[in-house]
Order: sequence, then C-alpha cells, then structure tokens
Amino acid sequence: MGTIKDKVAIIGMGCTKFGELWDKSVNDLIIDATFEACEDAGVELKDVEAAWLGTVFSGHTALSLSPPLKLQYIPVTRVENMCATGTEALRAAAYAVAAGACDIALAVGVEKLKDTGWTGVQPTNVVGRSTMGTTGTEMELSPPAMFSLLAMRYFHQYQLDPEEGKRLLAEIAVKNHRHGSLNPRAHFQNELTVEQVLKAPIVAWPLGVLDCCGVSDGAAAAIVTRSDLARKFRDDPIYIKSLAVSVGSRLDLMTQDYDFVHVEENLRAAQMAYAEAGIKNPRSELSLAEVHDCFTVHEMVIYEDLGWSKRGRAKEDIENGTFTLKGELPVNTDGGLKCFGHPLGASGLRMQYEVYKQLQEKSGPRQVKNPRLGLTHNLGGNIWGGVACVSITGNEIDRK
Amino acid sequence: MVGITSFGFYVPVYRLKRDEISRAWKMKSLGGERAVAGHDEDSLTMAVNATLDGMKVSQKQADGLFFASTTSPYKEKQVAAMIAAAVDLPENTRTADFMDSVRSGTIALNSAIDAVKSGSSESVIVAASDSRMGAGKSQFEQLFGDGAVALTIGSSEVIASIEGSYSVYSELYDTWRLEGNPFVQSWEERFILTEGYVNSMQKVVSGVLEKYKLTPKAFAKVILYGPDGRSQANLARRLGFDLQTQVEDLPFQSIGHAGTAALPTMIVSALCNARDGDKILVANYGDGGDALILQVTKNVEKLQGKEKIKERLARKIYIDYERYLNWRDLVPSEEARRPEFRPPSITCLWRERKSVLALYGNKCNQCGTVQYPPQRICAKCQGKDDFEAYKLSNKEGKIFTYAIDSLTASREVPAIFGVVDFEGGGRVMCEVTECEPSQMKIGMPVEMCFRKVSRKGTIPNYFWKARPRS
Repeated sequence: MGTIKDKVAIIGMGCTKFGELWDKSVNDLIIDATFEACEDAGVELKDVEAAWLGTVFSGHTALSLSPPLKLQYIPVTRVENMCATGTEALRAAAYAVAAGACDIALAVGVEKLKDTGWTGVQPTNVVGRSTMGTTGTEMELSPPAMFSLLAMRYFHQYQLDPEEGKRLLAEIAVKNHRHGSLNPRAHFQNELTVEQVLKAPIVAWPLGVLDCCGVSDGAAAAIVTRSDLARKFRDDPIYIKSLAVSVGSRLDLMTQDYDFVHVEENLRAAQMAYAEAGIKNPRSELSLAEVHDCFTVHEMVIYEDLGWSKRGRAKEDIENGTFTLKGELPVNTDGGLKCFGHPLGASGLRMQYEVYKQLQEKSGPRQVKNPRLGLTHNLGGNIWGGVACVSITGNEIDRK
Repeated sequence: MVGITSFGFYVPVYRLKRDEISRAWKMKSLGGERAVAGHDEDSLTMAVNATLDGMKVSQKQADGLFFASTTSPYKEKQVAAMIAAAVDLPENTRTADFMDSVRSGTIALNSAIDAVKSGSSESVIVAASDSRMGAGKSQFEQLFGDGAVALTIGSSEVIASIEGSYSVYSELYDTWRLEGNPFVQSWEERFILTEGYVNSMQKVVSGVLEKYKLTPKAFAKVILYGPDGRSQANLARRLGFDLQTQVEDLPFQSIGHAGTAALPTMIVSALCNARDGDKILVANYGDGGDALILQVTKNVEKLQGKEKIKERLARKIYIDYERYLNWRDLVPSEEARRPEFRPPSITCLWRERKSVLALYGNKCNQCGTVQYPPQRICAKCQGKDDFEAYKLSNKEGKIFTYAIDSLTASREVPAIFGVVDFEGGGRVMCEVTECEPSQMKIGMPVEMCFRKVSRKGTIPNYFWKARPRS
C-alpha cells in the first residue's frame, strides 16, 4: 500500500475567530481564512493551482469557493464527509500534490450555522442520506442523545456509578474550557467549574448543556505543497505523516455485535494513521492531539479508541490529568470543539491550525514543550457507522 | 357453525382521572377514569395492536379484515389495508372500512358473519377502534375513552356461534360530527335518549326476541349498548332483564365509552366469564340498532387470553389534563427550534413497505445473521443476495442501551430511544413508548408495537416502537 508520509507539507494556515459571527457571511469567512493562509505561506492566490472546499451545509458546489475568492478558472471541488469534511478537504489537496497533479493547493473549510434560526445542527441520520426522499421513519434522536447511548452503556459495562461517571465527563469539559480560556480565537473563552457543568440543564442524561460543544460559525484554510519545495516558502513547514479515513458500513446497528462503548471507525482510522506515520506508542510519541469532543463522553471514548487509555480505564487518566496542557499527552490544547463550537466543514482544519501552530511553537500560553508530532481526529455521522479521520503531522521529515 | 373464534383486546396504558378533568374546568366529576390514546396512537394503531393481540391466539390465518371506527385518520383512504399490511396478512385478504356510525362495530360484524356464512370468506377479523373527542368542559370529554377490539369470525373452533340477528335503522341526529370539527356534537339529551336510544333499542331487542321466539329469561347474559350507566340500567329494566344477574356492566369506570369499540369490548368481557351453553343477547346502538344472539360453545373453556386482558387493564400511566391537551393538539404551542424533518416520500414508503409496516429484516442464508433494515450484502459475511425475509415485529427483545432525549422535536419530550436486541438475532434502534423515562433500564424486556411517528406535513406516518414487556 502506498503512503503519503512526508511527501506533502503545510506551508500556510489561516483560521477565523469562531463564534456567533452575525456580521460575517460564508464568503467573508472563506476570504478571511484563505487570505491569512496565503499570507502565512507567502504565496498569492494566483499561485494556487487547485482548490478544495469543505462544507456540509453552507454551499453545494465549487461555485461556493471560486466566486468569493475570484479564483481564475482553476480546478475546484467541493467535498463533504459530515463532521470530517474539513480534514477531507485537506486530504484531497494533499493527495493531489502527492500525485504530482499540482504543486500548490488550497483547502478551505467553512460552515455558517447561525443563519438558520435553529439551535444545533441537522441530526446526522439526515446528513448523508438522500435529501430527495426518505420513508420518514428515521429516528429523530438529537446528536447529544446519540452520544448519550455511549455513556449509558459505558457506565453500565464498566460499572461506573452514574453520578461518578457524570463527574468524570465534567472534568473533560472543565479541562477544555481551561485551554480555551487561553485562546483568543475560541468562541467560548470562559473557564468552568465541575459544579457548573454538573448543574447545567440535562439534554440527554448524563449529558447536560455544558457537556455539549457550542454551535458556531467559522472557517479555516491551509496551503500545501510538495515537501521538497516547502523550505522555499518557510523555514518551519509542517509535514504530513498520514491522513487516514475510515468509513463504517452502519453495521453496528444492523447486528448485535457492536458494544456501544467504543467507535470502531475511530479505532480503525487511528490504527491506519499510526501505521503510516510509523508510530508504535502513540501516548508517548505524540506531542499533542486535537480530537472530536462534540460531547464530553466522546472525548472519553476517544482516549481509549485511539490507544491512549486502556479499555474502560479512561477514568484513571482523566483523574491523573494525563490530557491537560501540562500532562503527558495534552488533548484539545486550543479548547476543542467544546470552546470553538463545531462549524462542521471548518472543524478539521481548525484542529489542524492548532497542531500546525503548536508544532511551530507559536502557541503562546498554550504552547506544549518540545513538540514533534501532533494528531487531529474527527468523527462524522453516527457512532454506529460514521466517518473517522485521523491526521498526523510533524515538524521534521523522518530520515529513517 | 359460524361465530366468534378468537378475540384481541387493546386499551392504551394512559389514564386520565375524571377528577383531573373536573379540576381543570371546575365542574362536576363523573368519577372513575378514562383511557387516553398516547400522543403516538390513533384508531389505526390501536386497531393494529388489538388485531395482533387476537392473532397470537388464533389458530388460523384470516382471509378478511374489516375496520370499524368513527375516527379514521383519513377522510379518503382505507385503513383496513394499512392494518392488513402491518399485521402481515397476504395480499389476497379482503379488506373494508365500516365508518361513521358508533354502530359500525356490529355492522362490520354482521358483514363478516354474512361473508363467512356465504362461503366467500373463511375467517374475517373485525377490528373496531375509536378515539373520539368531546370538546373541553363537555360531558363527552369525561365519558369517552379510547380502545380497540378485534373479533374474528370463522366457522371452526367457534367460541360463540351466531344464532340470529336483527337490525333497525333510525334517522335522527343523536351524535354527529362534521368535516373540520374534531369534537362530537349532540342534540338535547332528553330528546335523544327517549326518541333515539330507548326507542331504537326497544325496537331492535323486541324485534329479535319476536323473530326467534325468545324471552328475556332465555339469556344468561345481555350486552346492551349504553351512552352512560344510568340510561343503560333504565333500559335494561324496561326490557325485562335482571340488572344483577343478566346485564353486562359498561366499562365506564376504567375505560370510558370507546365508540365503535364500546360494545365489542363488552362482548370480550362477557366471553371471558361465559360458560358452555350460555345464550347471550347483544344489542348495539347508533343510527338505529343491531341485535345478535350468541350461543357459547364448549370451546369457551379453553379460551386463552383472559389473564392478558387483566394485565393490560392493570398497566396504567396516569396523565394530567395538560398532557392530554398537548397530545390531542388542543393548545397551540411553539415548535421546537430544531431543524425540520422532511415529510416521507410515498415512493420510498411503498418501496420499503415490508420493512416499515411489518418490520421485516432479513437473515443471511450463509452465516445466519439477522439484520435490519433488509440488506443485499450481508453485514457480517458480505454474502450477496442470499437472504430469507425475517420478521421482527413479533419478536421479543431487550434494551441494550438507550437515550432520554430532551432536544428532539417530538410532541412528547423527553423522547426515549432504545437500542433493542431481539431474541434470535437482529437489532433495531427505535423509540420506546408506554414508558416514563424513570422506568428505563438497560436489559429491560420489550416487545414491538405499531405507532404513529410524528411528522409534519399532510402524510400520517406509522412505524414500530418498543414498549416494556410485562
């Protein structure tokens, strides 16, 4: 099997502030993120040879990208892969460069969720289905309710007292808000206490409002080029080690095999990514990780799915502060989805932006020590059959 | 010999105490309680549940299905066809709806008897079901109750044979309901009781006695339609029946007046207590009257399902009046600020009718894995197009995990979603009904029931939900 490891480098990134950006349009967000990325890379838009736009709800075709940026008749494609859409756009751009189809490619992810008049996003069992017709019998459970299925079963299987389990989940929200409070681009920059999280109104037990990520607008962009060209643009390019995607077949709800305490696609995507990047012990080799904490319980399960905590024992690592900024493996150093919200198309690239800046040691008060390798992770769709993306990037080419 | 061969019974678990209605309106309570169809039930779903209940004990598959009601969810479209599809009867089943009169239950029964007697059908299920509404503050609001009964008419294993029948019609505005009005209307009580109820019932009862040369004393039991307890008692006395020993009680205290299902409910209850050789007189009212003479056979001794009826009646969830108002859409309320779901596509529903309406999955012939919805490539072994159809609606299961969802745009929030693992294989995720959130437990035994699923637009949509198994 082929590999993309070290063939492609990210030479510029941009990321808007995330939040309820009432005065910004989708086009504004695309323009702001893209121009920051170009400026960071030291390239002009006219140097871009091909572009990919990742968005789930905020545009249908390439015509959502070329017109605002006035791209000049270059190939442009819109990609969509649910919550993994941002990473999917980067993957398309990186693979095109690796294939030699172009030297400089642009990936933009954008989502504007706050123009709808609703709170929340379309449930994922609608996303990804035919929009032209359904039987109308699909389950209407909300995204937090879907993830609460994990929590209920996790508490049951590992015999966690529900109140104790809820407190554990609250610790994750508190950690991410502590990180987010250090980040001026985050939607929410307030710290939380465990008590506040516990007392928040329940949405789907054990998940309360503060166990859920926010609903925000935002965009992020990346410029990629061939690794051998990267140093022409900057001294500190970030090299792509792996961009792994695993897609489930919704098997988990069709048969009785699925245990509802893990997400198989998370595990498979991570295994693929570690193999490609040559990582044997992810917990010690990774310097930081940005993961899909749409709901606190998912972050807990991710610790286990991605091989950092033993099965059923994330509790110990949460209690030991393993995943805090000063811990063994800092997770969601920018505040995560919890503080950024989750504009679907943008999230994957927003995570990449944090890892990119961390690996360049430009993260100020959130900077992790001696960074070498960073990971991003998204899960789109359902816990019983979705799309998981795991990317690994590093600040050095592996000379082995 | 043609007669009743089996029956099924359904009453919603929800009860509204009449004192609770009187509290809201500061008016006199009639006492007792009434059954209330859940927010996800209507006369169609209740009929499916009663029919399935009856099919569990019947020996033979029916070749006819008649639906009787005054509260069809459709002004135009047959309900019987939907019931037949949900209970999985073959396509060559004769289906018909008998609508619009509270007497429709016995009208349908007479047609079923004639169909079997003539030999054109072997076994016909008559599903009578109603969920009528009285306007707020009305007597009807307290009197009415919701429920369904399915009586099967056939010629073998007969529990009670039909020995005679007599009918009259009467053109009189007693109760009626016009297009666009959800509430039953009526004329002045004294008039409709005297000239309507008493007059028609006297005619039909004396007519049947005369026709078959019988006296009131010939009957072990008499099942008389009653608009309320007192009127029924007065009528029984006037007709010469002994209230204490002969007259079957109205289920007003526990269910209420269940419209077309009211009299069939009393037939079921009488059969549960009947003995071999008993003669039973049945007299129904509504735009005239129907009388039937039943002769109980020795098959009544091996009658199944009596305990189940008691259990079903004992399962209750009490609701308050506000919840009732919400369920019946009697108070305008704000829509949840959530993304809208599309109404169903009729084409999609038709294409997937077996898996939606009868909850068919399939079972891989190569590895034996049961899967839902039906697949073409096996989820387990990836074998292609090598399956047999596998019905899940009649399987029992357990809750593997569940969610209490306060955010979903359902009429009843929080809604409960459960992952159900079936005995013998298969898993579905579905809503859980007849269950309050605090009752939910991992491992809870459940069975499937047919329900309305809330959708916007003009297409009523039905699917299966899980409910706790007793």
